[in-house]
Amino acid sequence: MSSNIEEAKKIIAEVLSVYPEKTKKKREKHLNVFEEGKSDCGVKSNIKTVPGVMTIRGCAYAGSKGVVWGPIKDMIHISHGPVGCGQYSWAARRNYYIGTTGVDSFVTMQFTSDFQEKDIVFGGDKKLEKIMDEIQELFPLNKGITVQSECPIGLIGDDIEAVSKKKSKEYGGKTIVPVRCEGFRGVSQSLGHHIANDTIRDWVFDKATGKEIETTPYDVAIIGDYNIGGDAWSSRILLEEMGLRVVAQWSGDGSIEELINTPKVKLNVLHCYRSMNYISRHMEEKYGIPWVEYNFFGPSKIAESLRKIAGFFDDRIKENAEKVIAKYEALTKATIEKFRPRLEGKTVMLFVGGLRPRHVIGAYEDLGMNVIGTGYEFGHNDDYQRTTHYVKDGTIIYDDVTGYEFEKFVEALKPDLVASGIKEKYVFQKMGYPFRQMHSWDYSGPYHGYDGFAIFARDMDMAINNPVWQMAKAPF
Amino acid sequence: MSQNPKHVLDHFNLFREPEYVEMFENKKKNFENPHPQDKVTEIIEWTKTEEYRDLNFKREALTVNPAKACQPLGAVFVALGFEETMPFVHGSQGCVAYYRSHLSRHFKEPTSCVSSSMTEDAAVFGGLNNMIDGLANTYAMYKPKMIAVSTTCMAEVIGDDLNAFIKNAKEKGSVPQEYDVPFAHTPAFVGSHITGYDNALKGIMEHFWAGRERHENETINIVMGFDGYSVGNIREVKRILQEMGISALILSDTSDVFDTPTDGTFRMYMGGTKLEDMKKALDSKATVSFQEFNTPKSLEYAASLGQKTMSFQYPIGIRGTDRWLLALSELTGKPIPDSLRLERGRLVDAVADSTSHIHGKKFALYGDPDQMLGLTEFLMELGAEPVHVLATNGGKEWEEKMNALFASSPYGAGCHAWPGRDLWHMRSLLFTEPVDFLIGNTYGKYLERDTGTPLIRIGFPIFDRHHHHRYPTVGYQGAMNVLVKLLDKIFDEMDKNTNVPSKTDYSYDIIR
Repeated sequence: MSSNIEEAKKIIAEVLSVYPEKTKKKREKHLNVFEEGKSDCGVKSNIKTVPGVMTIRGCAYAGSKGVVWGPIKDMIHISHGPVGCGQYSWAARRNYYIGTTGVDSFVTMQFTSDFQEKDIVFGGDKKLEKIMDEIQELFPLNKGITVQSECPIGLIGDDIEAVSKKKSKEYGGKTIVPVRCEGFRGVSQSLGHHIANDTIRDWVFDKATGKEIETTPYDVAIIGDYNIGGDAWSSRILLEEMGLRVVAQWSGDGSIEELINTPKVKLNVLHCYRSMNYISRHMEEKYGIPWVEYNFFGPSKIAESLRKIAGFFDDRIKENAEKVIAKYEALTKATIEKFRPRLEGKTVMLFVGGLRPRHVIGAYEDLGMNVIGTGYEFGHNDDYQRTTHYVKDGTIIYDDVTGYEFEKFVEALKPDLVASGIKEKYVFQKMGYPFRQMHSWDYSGPYHGYDGFAIFARDMDMAINNPVWQMAKAPF
Repeated sequence: MSQNPKHVLDHFNLFREPEYVEMFENKKKNFENPHPQDKVTEIIEWTKTEEYRDLNFKREALTVNPAKACQPLGAVFVALGFEETMPFVHGSQGCVAYYRSHLSRHFKEPTSCVSSSMTEDAAVFGGLNNMIDGLANTYAMYKPKMIAVSTTCMAEVIGDDLNAFIKNAKEKGSVPQEYDVPFAHTPAFVGSHITGYDNALKGIMEHFWAGRERHENETINIVMGFDGYSVGNIREVKRILQEMGISALILSDTSDVFDTPTDGTFRMYMGGTKLEDMKKALDSKATVSFQEFNTPKSLEYAASLGQKTMSFQYPIGIRGTDRWLLALSELTGKPIPDSLRLERGRLVDAVADSTSHIHGKKFALYGDPDQMLGLTEFLMELGAEPVHVLATNGGKEWEEKMNALFASSPYGAGCHAWPGRDLWHMRSLLFTEPVDFLIGNTYGKYLERDTGTPLIRIGFPIFDRHHHHRYPTVGYQGAMNVLVKLLDKIFDEMDKNTNVPSKTDYSYDIIR
């Protein structure tokens, strides 16, 4: 065992010593050090969070409304229950879209049933019916409705499925999707993704019909890109330049029509495996559509991914992939020439959700940086297996990290950059560490694709080499 | 390809480049099956009409873009204002992630708060074990001096009993018997964040005060209420109290915890009302609230123990601050010092200098009930007309108070209070009964975009402008800051509307 592995294990042991015995036993399964050659990261995952530890995780509602369904722009997503959930998640995720908000698009709006005590006591189904009527009247161009259940719905026994069916019929077969994503279900956002995927299967694929479109042998769908800061756009442009036809975006800047037409594509290209592997597997089983995971962070992974995707098509597409890679070579080279000397050898600690705890590692490495710690908010075992292809020997791995642990790990490893979320940002900045939010791109972006890599490089440089960090310590 | 590492294009400009614009058009045309543009235009125009306004105001069930949050947010906020206190929210964990994000996005500060992380099994069997383990973990890891417990709607729906649970947890040794664990039930389906503030504050008062004998002294307790400007406002109130020589205790002082330095150390806890002081606060002769509609139960409780109570409506502006100072003076027997008289004079001076630019301007505003009362009064003092005043979490009583306030000034004629309405109602109002300026939180920018009404950001949350929470909005100094905010926007709009060369720029004046 190398000395850095031993050192890291010692740090973990020290951090664990704060816990009461019972909690220590639970938490030690989630913390480990990656050892080269192993097939996983040696941590347990997708397990209930220990109470009272300050988890960074969210809930199933966040996974469904906030992640999967919320970005579908021409449908109205009702936050069904008390006012808070919809309020706190209102327009907070930067799912960019193009449309006239309030008229034909609704992403950055907060539709809520604003449950009152009487709705809890007598049930909210009648209210939900009325809400749907009022939506139909005031927002006539909406192309569908989803009901995003908050905690009380499942506890008071409301029948949102019956309401949805009834109203769908009344409105001539309109797509109305009841989603059982109550926040107490599961252990994190993750179950919400799964539940939302299943409702697309059951209430869109199996029921909704769209306008007929002609198909081509080059039709693909982008799955699991939420277009944060425009990520899906700077990805789509590469696929189109390669000669592929992108029929659908799931779900950033997406529309119901695109969801409906997806089962006609030849290949699903999957970015966020965690949140949309379910629907990809379903389409594979039911419609025989293969899916392929790709990674559009940083030029190395982008080139690898373009070739991998092209491998599913004919020689023309394969040649085009090479042309696209060549086209952007000058940009990539100039970006690396400019920023790499400023970032070479810098270390990064990550803690994010979805795919990013592994997917962004290549982009950092393209800039000469090293990721020395990473972990998932709501990853599963298959995420940690995939992570082994990205991380280096001795990388510290923390699953569902607690506030305490993260602070202590950073203190011990002293990275040059911490990359995590809004709840972590100010903690580490106070400690004097450069920080980038890796959920919202810290209000920047896109980070996907070649265009995005230049922005990513600029932002990491801006964070790490910012003059403010030299002034954190007073000279007196 | 437009990207260039020498001058990196990010989302602001990248997507305006021709290759992206073309891509968007093709995506829409080929794959979105969009409504025809003339249909979209027709509906856009229809939403601006009287007809749409009437339909919109007939809504009974649907809420769109409300200006309120839920109870536990207020409970977490008030708890953070106590010395080394960790807010502990019993229920689903996602809620806590939301409160922390929401407060951090506003204050640009860390927000520490834990959850008991209840899941499906707890929904069936109750969350007692989550409380027992949760308190033990929080106590061991974060070493708070106090853990203040509140609830999410999940715990409320299944009927978890905090009192019994906390007792039980103490018996199981999660925290020492004598350790401070105040609690409050804060169901999200009752009231709003201001209700949660009130319930949680009352819970903390009860914890420290119940069953103890009271020995009245000359100290005054000050309750500020939920306030996005708490950093600036609490410091300003402390300064005023000091100027007056009043012995006072702020019950929940969030001014330091939401304004910690960047100097190499993360302070999970900073400042706050000392727990010892909170105990002593029972003996204070009075509890004075800054926000009447925000604190009824806490005041009622204080009064039930024999304290004098008094409440104001977010004392901002000239007369609001006058009343507050006069009341404090009467309560304590301390005269209002010349320094404050001077401050007042300077504020009146500033108003006199600028009033001609504000006079007769029409405003629409929305926010919490007391803040609306305070701002409305100030606007009328400036000769402005607060035409639409909306509080999603305001009720009948608030409406009556608003109407009385309108009636007290000629500038209130024709003005209207809108309790229980949301920002989609406001959108209609801004089309059918337009105003010159809108005052509200960050979400008001959507109204600004849709209706063209310039937005002046005063309220909570403010996510898209930085650091304004550091400057007071209350007292004479606060009024000065608000005045400058209003004027800056008014002057900016004047310039924007007079800057076309050879067409309108004769009014593009250098002196105003």
